[in-house]
Amino acid sequence: MITNSATDRYQGIEPLRPWAVTRSTRLKNLSRSLAFAFVAFLVTLVTPLAKIDGWAVAFLLINIAWIVGQTSRLGVKERRDAVLRVVFTSLAVLAFIPWMSIFITVLLKGYRAIYPGYFFSDMRTSTPEDEFNIGGAGHAIVGSLIMVAIATVVTLPLGILSGIYLTEVRGRLTFLVRFIVQSMAGVPSVVAGLFIFTTIVQPMGKYSGMAGGLALAVLMLPTVSRTAEEVLKLVPDDLRSAGYALGARQWRTAIMVVLPTVKSGLITAGILGVARVIGETAPLLLTSLNTNGFVWNPVGGTVASLPTYIFSMFMYGTEYSTSRAWTGSLVLLALVFGFFVLARRLGATAAQKAQTDSRKAKKLKKKS
Amino acid sequence: MTQQNVDSTKTVPQQFDASPDFRGLETRGAHAWFGTHHALADVSLRFPEQTVTGLIGPSGCGKSTFIRLLNRMHEFIPSAAMAGEILLNGSDIYAPSEDPASIRLKVGMVFQKPNPFPAMTIRENVLAGIKLAHLKRDNHDDIVEQCLSRAGLWKEVKDRLGASGGSLSGGQQQRLCIARSLAVEPQVLLMDEPCSALDPGSTLRIEETIKELAEKITVVIVTHNMQQASRVSDFCAFFLTDGGPGYLVEADATRKIFTNPTDSRTADYVQGKFG
Ligand SMILES: Nc1ncnc2c1ncn2[C@@H]1O[C@H](COP(=O)(O)OP(=O)(O)OP(=O)(O)O)[C@@H](O)[C@H]1O
Ligand SMILES: [Mg+2]
Repeated sequence: MITNSATDRYQGIEPLRPWAVTRSTRLKNLSRSLAFAFVAFLVTLVTPLAKIDGWAVAFLLINIAWIVGQTSRLGVKERRDAVLRVVFTSLAVLAFIPWMSIFITVLLKGYRAIYPGYFFSDMRTSTPEDEFNIGGAGHAIVGSLIMVAIATVVTLPLGILSGIYLTEVRGRLTFLVRFIVQSMAGVPSVVAGLFIFTTIVQPMGKYSGMAGGLALAVLMLPTVSRTAEEVLKLVPDDLRSAGYALGARQWRTAIMVVLPTVKSGLITAGILGVARVIGETAPLLLTSLNTNGFVWNPVGGTVASLPTYIFSMFMYGTEYSTSRAWTGSLVLLALVFGFFVLARRLGATAAQKAQTDSRKAKKLKKKS
Repeated sequence: MTQQNVDSTKTVPQQFDASPDFRGLETRGAHAWFGTHHALADVSLRFPEQTVTGLIGPSGCGKSTFIRLLNRMHEFIPSAAMAGEILLNGSDIYAPSEDPASIRLKVGMVFQKPNPFPAMTIRENVLAGIKLAHLKRDNHDDIVEQCLSRAGLWKEVKDRLGASGGSLSGGQQQRLCIARSLAVEPQVLLMDEPCSALDPGSTLRIEETIKELAEKITVVIVTHNMQQASRVSDFCAFFLTDGGPGYLVEADATRKIFTNPTDSRTADYVQGKFG
């Protein structure tokens, strides 16, 4: 085979990536950062700079001083580049800190009540102040998932359709649709709950998961359709033209060319919507309320959900119930995180998948 | 001359110029990969200062890949890898101490598809490189006029320098991109099929510009137009692939490539017998 002879001919020539940061450089950078962090700690001991914020300032200043010293032999441009890189890295870390502190707080306060049964049991046969090895939030997890699923099934198609209407069809109602979607984003969640309460809960005469899901849908729709519109706007007109020039009608072009191009973006739109509503408490208090046991039937009366579970556990106020509430929060965070990971998986294009596959194959080859 | 093998990796390419203190751009045993796909193999070439070199060869033989190696644009592709040495005036542009941004300032590039900045006016587009790289220049008006004239666009746009770069026709946009790359005064200008979207008039104007440029700098131009290659280039390099990685078949003075090439495949290609 030609390819084989070519491979033989160029045997012994290794593909290199001279632009990549080498492991030793990375190690050097890491150990330097650690050393600087320690020096910054010493600085906080002997100067008015104190506590974590003082330390951060000292750390940043030391880094900048080091960079300026390092690059003094280089030009102004390189130095500016390096300093800006430090500043941006610090800002990125800074933005990460609140998230980390929330996560760590939740983890520290919530880990105590975790045991396998927490995910599978409900609270019918146990009370909030029981020991941690009985009872759980299984019913709340199931309830939340069912209601979020209902909301997603309702909003995802609607959101994508309205996105298509706004970017592809660009009909006469474009302005109106965009206006309504945007003002819906400002509806307070309690109002959404009240709306469903009067239109669904009262006529049906009972609280239900369906009502809760619809209330969440009202809140989720603006996020999904806004994001879908923005994502669809990113598709270059060349692609649409190519579709039209092949004789495709607008509708076919939108479905077969435009939508697949931004598949991952549309999935992200859905996930952002889910993340927006999964923690909503107020509308659920008016639509699905809360209960102690598993409820699989979305029209079968009150349903538990993670937010209302957390709320009621906190309200109970004992040490054990508070711990359970924190664990519920942890599960909520984990769910959102899990959704994001899943979305990245689903959203990967075929080309990206091929790339990861070939990388995996290479790794395997190296191992064997 | 043809089928270079492994041993040639370390040899100095002898085409055009064998002097040890060579000035210009030089590649020694350059390879390129996309992931596991070996796209280009063992290219050793010299591009002396003040010359124009044409890269010719059938589609997919790695000309664009090669040209992107020359100003470190190849590394933007996540799975990309390379081997060999690329030297600018004797120093390796892939050395760890080299800053890719300053390399690209010295080795400019014009792309096949026009890509003016749509949010900038025509004038701002021409001056974009100067602003982006913080170059100190005070005669901005002169630069704009001079670069646009050299790119053959001045007459058409001198009355609407404030219009958006995206408001021009495809060919005009390409000439604007050429003007933009001239404004930062690169030492080497890489052009990947720069005239494929241009009318014959603008093409001739660009070719004149290329010849003018070659009085000062090194130009490397990829083209599928054999007449163009024979008109503008001092040297020509012919690339080919037989299913595997693309490789250099032959490089020599343009007249020799077009009248009396060493390799029969080169003769077939320049006479339009295949490719
Ligand atoms: N981004 C990329 N990812 C993977 N493979 C690539 C990529 N770009 C180019 N290739 C492969 O590298 C080889 C050389 O491509 P290249 O674009 O350099 O050819 P070319 O000589 O410029 O062709 P043309 O005359 O059509 O522009 C081809 O086999 C192509 O499939
Ligand atoms: Mg090409």
